[in-house]
Amino acid sequence: MARIQSLEMRGISKSFLEVKANRDINLSIHAGEILGLLGENGAGKTTLMNILYGLYLPDEGDILVNGEPIRLRGPKDSMRAGIGMIHQHFMLVDKHTVLENIALGFDEAPFFFPHRAIRKKIEQLSDQYGLRINPDKPVWNLSAGEQQRVEIIKALSRNADLLIMDEPTSVLTPQEADELFEILRKMILQGHSVILISHKLEEIMSICDRVMVLRKGCLSGEASIEDVDKGKLAEMMIGRQIAAAYDKADVKPGGTVLDIQDLHVDSDRGLPAVRGLSVQIHSSEILGIAGVSGNGQQELVETITGLRQPLKGSVTMMGQPLKHVNARDAHTLGITHVPEERIKFGIVPNLPLYENSVLKQHRDAPYSSWLRMDYPVIKNHAGDLVNSFQVDTPSVNARMKNLSGGNIQKLILGREISSGPNLLIAAHPTYGLDVGAAEYVRKQIIALRDKGGSVLLVSEDLDELFMVCDRIAVMFEGEFMGELTPDTWTIEKIGLMMAGSHG
Amino acid sequence: MLDIIVSVLTRTIVAGTPLLLATLGEIITERAGIINLGMEGLMSTGAVTGFIVSYISGSPWLGMLAAILVCALLSAIHGFVCISLRSNQVVSGLALTMLGIGISGLWGKPYIGLPLPNRMGHLNIKGLSEIPVLGRILFSHGWYVYLSVLLGIVLWFILRHTSLGITLRSVGENPKAAESQGIAVNRVKYYAVLAGGGLAGMAGSFLSTAYSGSWNEGITAGRGWIVIALTIFALWQPGGAFLGAYLFGGIFVLQYMLQPLGISPNILSMLPYLSTLLVLLLFGLTASGKRKMNAPATLGEPYVRGER
Repeated sequence: MARIQSLEMRGISKSFLEVKANRDINLSIHAGEILGLLGENGAGKTTLMNILYGLYLPDEGDILVNGEPIRLRGPKDSMRAGIGMIHQHFMLVDKHTVLENIALGFDEAPFFFPHRAIRKKIEQLSDQYGLRINPDKPVWNLSAGEQQRVEIIKALSRNADLLIMDEPTSVLTPQEADELFEILRKMILQGHSVILISHKLEEIMSICDRVMVLRKGCLSGEASIEDVDKGKLAEMMIGRQIAAAYDKADVKPGGTVLDIQDLHVDSDRGLPAVRGLSVQIHSSEILGIAGVSGNGQQELVETITGLRQPLKGSVTMMGQPLKHVNARDAHTLGITHVPEERIKFGIVPNLPLYENSVLKQHRDAPYSSWLRMDYPVIKNHAGDLVNSFQVDTPSVNARMKNLSGGNIQKLILGREISSGPNLLIAAHPTYGLDVGAAEYVRKQIIALRDKGGSVLLVSEDLDELFMVCDRIAVMFEGEFMGELTPDTWTIEKIGLMMAGSHG
Repeated sequence: MLDIIVSVLTRTIVAGTPLLLATLGEIITERAGIINLGMEGLMSTGAVTGFIVSYISGSPWLGMLAAILVCALLSAIHGFVCISLRSNQVVSGLALTMLGIGISGLWGKPYIGLPLPNRMGHLNIKGLSEIPVLGRILFSHGWYVYLSVLLGIVLWFILRHTSLGITLRSVGENPKAAESQGIAVNRVKYYAVLAGGGLAGMAGSFLSTAYSGSWNEGITAGRGWIVIALTIFALWQPGGAFLGAYLFGGIFVLQYMLQPLGISPNILSMLPYLSTLLVLLLFGLTASGKRKMNAPATLGEPYVRGER
């Protein structure tokens, strides 16, 4: 098959049940071009690309390669047409080696001894594009950047001319992201084309030739990169301008609230995840933890919130040590938690909203006395939360699982901070939320700090950390690489520390 | 003394053969992410089918083929329930056991206790079977024994050195990754379940047409449950299946050997289960054991295509 010179999507529409994910979208791309596809979460970027990769069939619309219409009924069809996709969550088998992952479903891999036959192909591709990789390593042993290289090699080995990359830098350090961009530039020089899905404006500006913006399933703008700036793109993306920073009351941090001394924690795999951390958080302070996920942040949060047993070291809350490993003990000491996996650990999806609004407090007055739950009081409380935290729900009786991610998060946050916590542990509180909801959550966190609360904010979003925090500690392989304050922090500094150099 | 040892080892291999066959079947099934707890029922149905067809046709080979076919079809019910309907695999597997035992009791009623005129033949491999000691232990067996060893080696080779093996393993580990490479995940799962059922049927027909040469209710004597444990014991590897099957086969043989010495058969018949618990315990206790004991990642989970 001839190489892809141009690809066009015409009038694409796709609905899931009642939700229109894509409405009448036109897209075109030429060889040697990097097209940015920009939009908020839920704008329909991924749906559109899954259609191009044959995972979904469009309800309406055509796809044309070099002017000829083609039908894509499955990934095999797309691969044959020269389209490759690298998903945000890598489609790799962790336990298998790089070789086995590339051999999976590969037409050119022979039935017998496929490993041997494709080794040469991998070496040739990694030379040609500068994709360094050890083909015999199991995938779980690789860093996120290396796993991404495996995905790229996988796509290239199937002769992908057009590479779709879904949020490729979300799991990378800034340096790894630069390496990735180098590789992409090499690829377009050799006649490939790339569609880059992102919601990071910086990234789009620095690497793309052209940009298309989606909003609520519709195309809201399209331009050459020379003709736009970040402000314009943001406007196209969310339909209004975003706040560059948030107002913070001018309060000085007070006394120590949480004191962690020489903390050592193991991961589920039994490997050291947190290695000798010591840190204090004061009242009226937001401490940010930056770092690529998987560097011990999760284990640290779980230890503070009483979900995980530390090997060594102490956690002291307002002078009282956290002795027992259970969440109730942490709760009693005044530690509240907005967990990373909000659906799994933050709510009970099948219970109604009002019952979810008192989780953890449900056994205390005024919500219950002895054996009896006081439902009128609970429903009142739920109603208050819904009003003051702007939770969009038909009623407090709605089942929690029917709420959107943003509204679930608002309720969790409201539940955790409404009782006036001493300390809030927030892990990735705005991950996956749309800009509006994310903005609201950040404002509430700042409001809490202004009122004298303290916050530990774990996030991968550096912009968010810069906007919200009073102090940022960078975590790498279970240790702090250093602490930064607003007058000293820069993206470059944090990037280097995230990659393991001391500040 | 040497005679006794040789005889014990020879019989160990024979007793381990049905365990090996069915364990290989369960390994294939579980590698594709499906648990099949219906092995006891499948083996039982295989035993009765193998016996009836061999008895009527006079050919134990036809009996074996029929057992494989019938049990593959029976396990297709499990496949349909687990793969297409995405129901609970444990419940479906248990139902399959009940169903299989029921069917075998029903079909086998007229044949209880009848001796089989033509049992599956022996194959004394020329030259090799005359080797002292080893010859008798390894090379003087029935066809089933050699076939089971061959199948074990073939499965090892497939899993390790072929693209089919990569596909099968990937389907159980990360079906989304397989789907994204254009593999029809559910079709692979179906084939794996059918293959597993067929091997269970073969194990059953061995019991009735080669091992005992007659049909009785309860002929499987819990072997189908041992197989489930053996699959874990084998860490989902064919090599481990050999080790486990012959180890437990040996325990079966010892049950008979030690009985005259005054050791209660009840204690001995507990041994396979006790040692399974012990193995699980030992693996579960040590960190390195836990890492090794990594079941296929999506074992028991239904797979929904294109889920958002």
